[in-house]
Amino acid sequence: MYAFEIETPSTVQDAVAALKSEGAQALGGGHTLIPTLKSRLAAPEKLVALSGIDEIKGVRMGDDSRLCIGGGTTHATVAAEAAGHYPGLARLASLIGDPAVRNRGTIGGSLANNDPSACYPAGTLASGATIVTNAREIAADDFFQGMFTTALDEGEIITEVKFPIPEKSFYAKMLQPASRFPLTAVFVAKFADGVRVAVTGASESGVFRWAEAEAALSSDFSKAAVDALSAPPADGMIGDIHGTPEYRAHLVKVMTGRAVENAA
Amino acid sequence: MTKVSMTVNGKTVSGEVEGRTLLVEFLREGLGLTGTHVGCDTSQCGACVVHVNGEATKSCTTFASLCDGAEVTTIEGMANPDGSLGKIQQAFQDHHGLQCGFCTPGMVMSAAALLKDNPKPTEAEVRHYLDGNICRCTGYHNIVKAIMAASGQDVSIAAE
Amino acid sequence: MPDGGIGAPTKRREDLRFLTGKGRYTDDINLRGQSYCVFVRSQVAHGRIVSIDTSKAAAMPGVIQVFTGDDFAEVGSIPCGWQIHDRKGEPMLEPAHPVLARGKVRYVGDAYAAVVAETEAQARDAAEAVEAEIEELPAVIDMVKAVSDKSNLVHDEIGSNLCYDWGFVEENREATAKAIDEAYHVTTLELVNNRLIPNAMEPRVAVGDYDETNDHSTLHTTSQNPHVIRLLMGAFVLGIPEHKLRVVAPDVGGGFGSKIFHYAEEAFVTFAAKQIKRPVKWTSTRSEAFMTDAHGRDHVTKIELALDNEGHFLALRTNTYANMGAYLSTFSTSVPTYLHGTLMAGNYKTPHIYVNVKAVFTNTVPVDAYRGAGRPEATFQLERVIDKAAREMGIDPIEIRRRNFIQPDEFPYQTPVAVSYDTGNYQATMDKLIEIADLDGFEERRAASAARGKLRGLGVNCYIEACGIAPSNLVGQLGARAGLYESATVRVNATGGLVVMTGSHSHGQGHETAFPQVIASMIGIDPSMVEIVHGDTANTPMGMGTYGSRSLAVGGSAMVKATEKIIAKAKKIAAHILEASDQDIELKDGMFTVKGTDKSKAWGDITLAAYVPHNYPLESLEPGLEETAFYDPSNFTYPAGAYACEVEVDPETGQVEIASFAAADDFGNIINPLIVSGQVHGGIGQGIGQALLEQAVYDDNGQLLSGSYMDYAMPRASDVPSYVVDHSCQTPCTHNPLGVKGCGEAGAIGSPPAVVNAVIDALHRGGHTHVSHINMPLSPSRVWAAMQKS
Repeated sequence: MYAFEIETPSTVQDAVAALKSEGAQALGGGHTLIPTLKSRLAAPEKLVALSGIDEIKGVRMGDDSRLCIGGGTTHATVAAEAAGHYPGLARLASLIGDPAVRNRGTIGGSLANNDPSACYPAGTLASGATIVTNAREIAADDFFQGMFTTALDEGEIITEVKFPIPEKSFYAKMLQPASRFPLTAVFVAKFADGVRVAVTGASESGVFRWAEAEAALSSDFSKAAVDALSAPPADGMIGDIHGTPEYRAHLVKVMTGRAVENAA
Repeated sequence: MTKVSMTVNGKTVSGEVEGRTLLVEFLREGLGLTGTHVGCDTSQCGACVVHVNGEATKSCTTFASLCDGAEVTTIEGMANPDGSLGKIQQAFQDHHGLQCGFCTPGMVMSAAALLKDNPKPTEAEVRHYLDGNICRCTGYHNIVKAIMAASGQDVSIAAE
Repeated sequence: MPDGGIGAPTKRREDLRFLTGKGRYTDDINLRGQSYCVFVRSQVAHGRIVSIDTSKAAAMPGVIQVFTGDDFAEVGSIPCGWQIHDRKGEPMLEPAHPVLARGKVRYVGDAYAAVVAETEAQARDAAEAVEAEIEELPAVIDMVKAVSDKSNLVHDEIGSNLCYDWGFVEENREATAKAIDEAYHVTTLELVNNRLIPNAMEPRVAVGDYDETNDHSTLHTTSQNPHVIRLLMGAFVLGIPEHKLRVVAPDVGGGFGSKIFHYAEEAFVTFAAKQIKRPVKWTSTRSEAFMTDAHGRDHVTKIELALDNEGHFLALRTNTYANMGAYLSTFSTSVPTYLHGTLMAGNYKTPHIYVNVKAVFTNTVPVDAYRGAGRPEATFQLERVIDKAAREMGIDPIEIRRRNFIQPDEFPYQTPVAVSYDTGNYQATMDKLIEIADLDGFEERRAASAARGKLRGLGVNCYIEACGIAPSNLVGQLGARAGLYESATVRVNATGGLVVMTGSHSHGQGHETAFPQVIASMIGIDPSMVEIVHGDTANTPMGMGTYGSRSLAVGGSAMVKATEKIIAKAKKIAAHILEASDQDIELKDGMFTVKGTDKSKAWGDITLAAYVPHNYPLESLEPGLEETAFYDPSNFTYPAGAYACEVEVDPETGQVEIASFAAADDFGNIINPLIVSGQVHGGIGQGIGQALLEQAVYDDNGQLLSGSYMDYAMPRASDVPSYVVDHSCQTPCTHNPLGVKGCGEAGAIGSPPAVVNAVIDALHRGGHTHVSHINMPLSPSRVWAAMQKS
């Protein structure tokens, strides 16, 4: 690692101020950033640790029946505390990485990074969640803008994510055996007014909604409806040593079917 | 350099650290607690797992300065007060749950965290909980057996 | 007989330190005045070094010295320990292997400079400031192309990328070809034995130290064989006589072969410590380990098995391209040859066998021994082609094996590939396997899997391996540049306790527990009276270290021989004190008794007399009780067994889950069954890793695509099942005093074909009868793709 200082603000306001200085970067749980720093692929002059900001931690039911999760809430906390409200999302959190990673990694960190194989973008997009920052509210459909790219401005901090709670949901994850990230994973959320299907790990453009599946499932929420679809085109899917684009396209369909079958 | 103080295995310790100093570096080099190991640089192998405020934490992916004021427990703090092996440690010996010993500290710390939250895990729960702890020697058989035994569940003595 | 002797499942005494964080690994060693070293490594696979400018780096804070290949101009090449002669009797091509690259860089990770500084961070900062102009050349990656295309050479000065073209046994070539041409049926299989990265959990570390007052160098290193490192580095690289060089390998966090070899970093820190007159430490990161630890396997093979109409094997021919990587690592050349070709007979009577191996240089990390080393490659291709032949001929895969087994009354059995098996009973281990794996219940389990939408398959195979590699005079004729004996010094203290100094090294094998069990049984004392010392050339006799499942068979035998000398001498002392003939002295349960009388003396009385020789036959016997023995076996040992794997394949995703795994092994006599089971478990875990998960992949430019745990899939606890293992079938080795065969590699050798056989079986049962083979690792993507073709 190159040398840097660490600042530990205790309010969002202080964190935003600290991030204004040249070369400053936010630090969530650190499980993506610290390995990157170790390989000297990033050279921040200052890290602004968000772990001391209590106001962005926690899981609560909002007044509008949305589940509100603070941006600095760890995966372990979401897995435990969201279970009674939004089991599909809690399950997603419980499948991220490993227990020690879940104890440190945060929802805000995951969303801000928008790794094309991360779990949270799928749950967030499928839920039609709203990402709240220190400056504004961003709809999930506008937030994810391709791999490792989001609508966040420099120095903008995710303070909360508001999840509409679907009638039924499920996260079907096929593991990439080395990283334990999804090789391909699908989050299906059935709302009263329609079904949303978000796919992670598959596309070179990052998380995406599978429109054909959403249309089919909105009129018939059954595995048979998925079976009747063709897999999405392999063009634009990720090809690497773990799977071909064709395989990932195929998995999108299989995982969607499984998510529907298991949705609760 | 900033000053950091924390409680490690029940003792208050302090030292000067840089921003980039990792908790594992502080433990190994600052405090001479070399039982915590570094086996990778991508936060996956788990040889460095310690408890920070009671939670299993990868000390290679945690900055020391952010542990100011924390309660840290390492493998050196897992024996009984009289120095005898703690329950999990003893189960690892009884069931030959270690070979080269390098991943062992992290395995024991993860096992302790599991059993705290889930005192009677199933075999499948044990295996999944160890997703962040890689062992190259044992094929995991006797590690899983040791943890099951430490939870007080019946396992036949590993002499097959 | 005391408790805890031979055969007891004694808990390991070394665990106490490992479980309390008190193990002492090389990275735990910090010497006063220590400096830190960081290597500057090539980012291209193949390139000409035009210039290296170290001036900026040298001026950076904390930098003590920056080294390049030019600093090593007077230093020797890192040697290869085994010279192979090709089919025509010509010696292999053997390029120089410099400590730091000169002229060219030859793989991503090849070090061409190194910075020594006050802190690790300063060294890393300065390493980035080393400016090198490297003209990138096309990478040599594909082995077949590397041999045919002479325009692009890894080593220009040797004129070819073909290290050797080896035939074994060359005299069998024509008869084998004839038998294949005339056979009723020939089964052919082309396959890849996937390239693996050993990944001992402890990365390599080396700390060099130099004492100028007596011109003495010390190297602390993560090694399986400190004496071998001392000999290779001292005699061939740095020119340090052995009495001026000490090599210490303390607790070592796993080896699996990858810590046998003498690595450039070891020579560097030893050399640099002398130059700067301060200790120099290098600690590998895991990322660095991926691109510098010797890799394993990487064979591309075509195998042909000829059979008669009843499925009897008539002839076997195999042609392999074996990747050597960019330089010849210590035992690289022996792995695809004598550790591979000699095992091609397997457990079977095949009259004609011919093995051809082309060893090839490529712009990749050197490839060398990894758990099993050559024997997994032999077993995999043989057991896969047998499975395919059984299917083609409509014979049950167990039955075809039984039909060809060497029978128990046919030992010693001379194979057509040079080796002679001393003993074995392959029917017995197969019978045992069928019992412990409950193969009779397979159909019921298959139906249950099918009801859950899964394709269940059963894979069964046998294996044989040659362990306890020896004898020295034979391996010498075959090209080994080292002896393969082992040593032990047994020192009995005055009050009766023993210290055994062994040339073997333990890095997880439990020698500190198992070795005392042997000695305690011989003397009839408690094992706690025996302590093992290993890992330091300063206080152990010259030994060859631990690999190839050799420690008990060879090192243990040396220990037995030394203890026999101790007992013989102790009997003479006892005879003197008891006023009897030493022929009449019996040693039992730690008591020396005059045969047929009640006159006796305890072990401790005699050991005390040896050091307080007041009543002692000084005229005929020296005082003291300490003996050394070197043991050089007359043959390899031949552990063998039968393995069964059941898998469930998800027909939609191709995901393979190991439903069960059973192993019936014959290791001869067993000293500590707890440790033996643990060794088998670990081997199976690695074998499942090879079969389903692990692969080192280079792209066409020689970049390692699987260069971290993000892409190199290590088996996790949730990837493997609990294993059923049995080692009750025992045909003791006939030529070592313990009757032991070795158990360290069996699991890794026997398990990959069982897994692959099971997956192919599952696919066939699921109607995918066109799938005859899938290359490892059988990732979901590959299995799914295989199912799609018709």
